[in-house]
Amino acid sequence: MRQYAGFGTAAETNQRYQYLLTQGQTGLSMAFDLPTQIGYDSDDPLALGEVGRVGVAISSLADMERVFEGIPLDQVSTSMTINATAPILLALYLVAAKKQGVPCSKLTGTVQNDILKEYSARGTYIFPPAPSLRLVADIVEFCAKEVPGWNTISVGGYHMREAGCTAAQEIAFTLADGITYVQTCVERGLAVDSFAPRIAFFFNCHSNFFEEVAKFRAARRLWAHILREKFGAKNERSMMLRFHTQTAGSTLTAQQPANNIVRTTLEALAAVLGGTQSLHTNGQDEASVIPAEESALLALRTQQIIAHESGVTAEPDPLGGSYYVESLTDRLEQEAREHLYKIDNLGGMLKAIESGYVRQEIYRAASEHQQAVEAREKIIVGVNDYVSDQPLKVKTQPMDPRLEPRRRRELAALRRKRDAGKVKQCLATLEKAANSSDNLMPVIVDCVRSNVTLGEICRVLRSVFGEHRPSHSV
Amino acid sequence: MKSKRPFKVLIAKVGLDGHERGALVVAMGLREAGLEVAYTGIRSTPEQIVASAIHENVDAIGLSSLSGGHMAQFKRVMEVLKQEKVKGVLVFAGGIIPDEDVKKLQKLGIKAVFGPGSSIASILAFLKKRLK
Repeated sequence: MRQYAGFGTAAETNQRYQYLLTQGQTGLSMAFDLPTQIGYDSDDPLALGEVGRVGVAISSLADMERVFEGIPLDQVSTSMTINATAPILLALYLVAAKKQGVPCSKLTGTVQNDILKEYSARGTYIFPPAPSLRLVADIVEFCAKEVPGWNTISVGGYHMREAGCTAAQEIAFTLADGITYVQTCVERGLAVDSFAPRIAFFFNCHSNFFEEVAKFRAARRLWAHILREKFGAKNERSMMLRFHTQTAGSTLTAQQPANNIVRTTLEALAAVLGGTQSLHTNGQDEASVIPAEESALLALRTQQIIAHESGVTAEPDPLGGSYYVESLTDRLEQEAREHLYKIDNLGGMLKAIESGYVRQEIYRAASEHQQAVEAREKIIVGVNDYVSDQPLKVKTQPMDPRLEPRRRRELAALRRKRDAGKVKQCLATLEKAANSSDNLMPVIVDCVRSNVTLGEICRVLRSVFGEHRPSHSV
Repeated sequence: MKSKRPFKVLIAKVGLDGHERGALVVAMGLREAGLEVAYTGIRSTPEQIVASAIHENVDAIGLSSLSGGHMAQFKRVMEVLKQEKVKGVLVFAGGIIPDEDVKKLQKLGIKAVFGPGSSIASILAFLKKRLK
């Protein structure tokens, strides 16, 4: 049970975490605001209006320390939903832990560190795909040595599914991203069994119950084949597809929001029957707002009821052997193989992404879904059938207008107080390392320890790597 | 002959938010219905959006926002349109936009706001009526 949370300031996020821990939650999950995700400090002009909006704003070591104040980092595991700036957020976490007296070897957690799907769906990329892949591998290599309890990549299909792709495409695109990461690390000289066991996956659980159960089963089977046959893995743990699941935000409706409790319960059940290792259940209000505390709690309770009362967790693959589920599993595996084959023919996933192929596939499927809904070939309760006149309650998180000015003051004070000479030196070392093929993680750890900010690190990396400019056509 | 030319719409994503399913599904749906559609891509600034609108000579601009930054960002688009003396372009919006903001946006000159669950058909009907 791992619920995604984090908003506003470090102090507010700290408070929510303390609350969730007292409610029996077993791991923390961190959401970051968009500036943090795409490499801008809270005081950057481009961050205007976005600070603390969809997650917590982290620009410096002080921010990270504040988030985990009073939370001993050797006693929780933390999952960070962070991609382009993952090396920096991980470095901040490691240094914050060290300042609590917790060594890297005792830390457990995850960084999403799955940049490829950002080009296909979620959009929080900074650099072009090739240097981004290098940063992904830098984390994998560094953690294999220094932070053995860390899950270094969470290869996600969630966002591509939210963007509209089908179940079979979700399997194929996710595994294709996974293949690219494994390939990159192998090419760097890492033995596949030294890092593959620390790669985890992140799937969506959509509304078609049995298809979703079958999807997880098919994905597991395919990944094991790929690791054994394509990469020669010997360790069984390398072949295991461990995954986190989140129920599908895109199936929630702003209309009749209480219906979303039912949708989420069914989706959560499918994820559990499909063998998920951990789960996030969405709040009923999430089609239109960041969940209120009571809906976040109800979402957690939904999981607790499934886990402790329903009895469905007694067996890891309870639907195995069912004629219907087995045939669906075979069908999805076959369809996913066909998509993978197409990607191979395009020259691999990196090429498929760069050419815009993956985006086209995803958004074509999204458009077909919309047409089916408008033609009422697909029924969405409360939206195109069984509608009521209840007015929609759409709310965005009210933002404290004092937040951004306060963040600007805090950062200005930080920049005044810190050792400017050291900062300059750190950034020069970073630039040199970025231009070489050295692992950037140790250099970034040095930077954040000397209070260099996230935005400053990214500015240097942008100047060396350039920025990704997608083609806009669909 | 001018009336024979299909309406041209610019679908635009402003701010840092990367959720573009809504924007793209609307763009594809309107194109399917016979309109000409251009799309700005994510992370467009208000200045870039207005420049595209001028360059593409569009009849309407559809602004999409899901991260909550719409008030500041859409307002800025309207300001830049005024600065650049763009006239006769219909502006509408979609995404996660609270009721109390809808009225404010209408005061800024945004003619309609399409919330979650809106159909392409309803957007199309709106455009056809307004662009006659």
